[in-house]
Amino acid sequence: MLDIDINDLKRISELIYQKHHYDFRNYAMSSFKRRVLRIMELKKLSVESLIKKLTDNPAFINEFLDELTVNVTEMFRDPSFWRIMREEIIPAIMLNQKQFKIWHAGCSSGEEVLSMCIMLKEMGILQDVTMIATDLDVNILERAKSGVYPAKNMELNEKNYIRFQGTGSFKDYYREENGMAVFPKELLMNVSFRRHDLVLGDVFNKFDLILCRNVMIYFNQSLQNEVLKKFHESSFKYGYLAIGSKESLIWCDYANRFIVVNNEEKIYKKIKD
Amino acid sequence: MKKFNLSNRYKAVVIGGSAGSFQGVVKILGQLPKGFPLPIIMCLHRLKHVRNGFVEALSIKSVVQVTEPNDKETIKKGNVYLAPANYHMSVELGNHFALSTEEMVNNSRPSIDITLGTCAFAYKEKLVGILLSGANKDGALGMKYIHDRGGLTIVQEPTECMIDTMPRSALSVTKIDHVLKVDQIVQFLKELDNQYR
Repeated sequence: MLDIDINDLKRISELIYQKHHYDFRNYAMSSFKRRVLRIMELKKLSVESLIKKLTDNPAFINEFLDELTVNVTEMFRDPSFWRIMREEIIPAIMLNQKQFKIWHAGCSSGEEVLSMCIMLKEMGILQDVTMIATDLDVNILERAKSGVYPAKNMELNEKNYIRFQGTGSFKDYYREENGMAVFPKELLMNVSFRRHDLVLGDVFNKFDLILCRNVMIYFNQSLQNEVLKKFHESSFKYGYLAIGSKESLIWCDYANRFIVVNNEEKIYKKIKD
Repeated sequence: MKKFNLSNRYKAVVIGGSAGSFQGVVKILGQLPKGFPLPIIMCLHRLKHVRNGFVEALSIKSVVQVTEPNDKETIKKGNVYLAPANYHMSVELGNHFALSTEEMVNNSRPSIDITLGTCAFAYKEKLVGILLSGANKDGALGMKYIHDRGGLTIVQEPTECMIDTMPRSALSVTKIDHVLKVDQIVQFLKELDNQYR
């Protein structure tokens, strides 16, 4: 059975940091280990040959990143979250301003961004919202930009959309071509997709709402702590932050600068600079 | 009643189950000795999109309230944990959980192999693994990890299972220390408890 020990995992993350400037040194060990083992299995590599490839072959890092990062997601994941967004959070933001900005941090293949765009369109405010969607992995950003997904994923997405109680018919949002579901580019018109590294990257803007759901679960606690500081700095005062339904911030240094707006859906609001 | 050789000082009990395991789990949790000294970590196959209701259903007759841990939550003795819907649940070195939304394993998220495998890694020989009724092979490999790292392996007696694929798969890939009916599993946990009194 394929296995890898912690020292080799540390060697790999150290090598990637030194040579390629990506920092996985504070990733949660159990999932990082599974991801590396998965790459070894897919590419039929031993630990030593993986290390050699990461050292000698500069192009391999992109392939490696694409497999290492977890890109499994669905549209309208947690429909109850999206209902709260539509009925409480977005209206609360709009009490004070007509136009606002959203950051999808760690957007992966873009299903959440697209869900947001569909929701905002149904609310009639898509043109008023500026969205920035970022990810570490350039390949996955290209996929997100394209708005094209395997048609077989649509069954689950549609089920979620129905539970979200969208006002339209989910099937009207895309057309099927060669087994793919193609969403129109207009839906993504106000989204700017950018490469950004949550771990090493700088704060680049301020937002009214930040979504980072099921991204920080791949980080260890000290890294979660650091990233929360960045989100704090990237939020306007009284801006909102949404994390995954089973994530928690309570142990972070900056936790007391936020209040819980919805504990079931893990939506927070920045109350202190 | 069977007597077990319990010289080992265990640190955790992990339970996997799928189709037909609900009754067994309810019975085990309902007859657990008060103040059971170890954490019980459960990964049971469940509907992906139904977040609420399952812990409540399991807790009704349970001696201890069942909880679904948050990511990075510390594992405490005497607590009963259940893998949340649509997340894999791992145990990390440093005595806490880590959740993930990675690909399904054996068509399952949560996957029993992942929970059992990471428990085996974290607790080594200080782990008891119990696999109950189920209709697929998820958990079999996890039981092998537990055995290979020196932990104790128990499967539910296949003839008692509503669907025996899961325990039979485990029996075919690794050494199983005890094949027990649910009542005997309860007895086992009582003896385990006694050892700490």
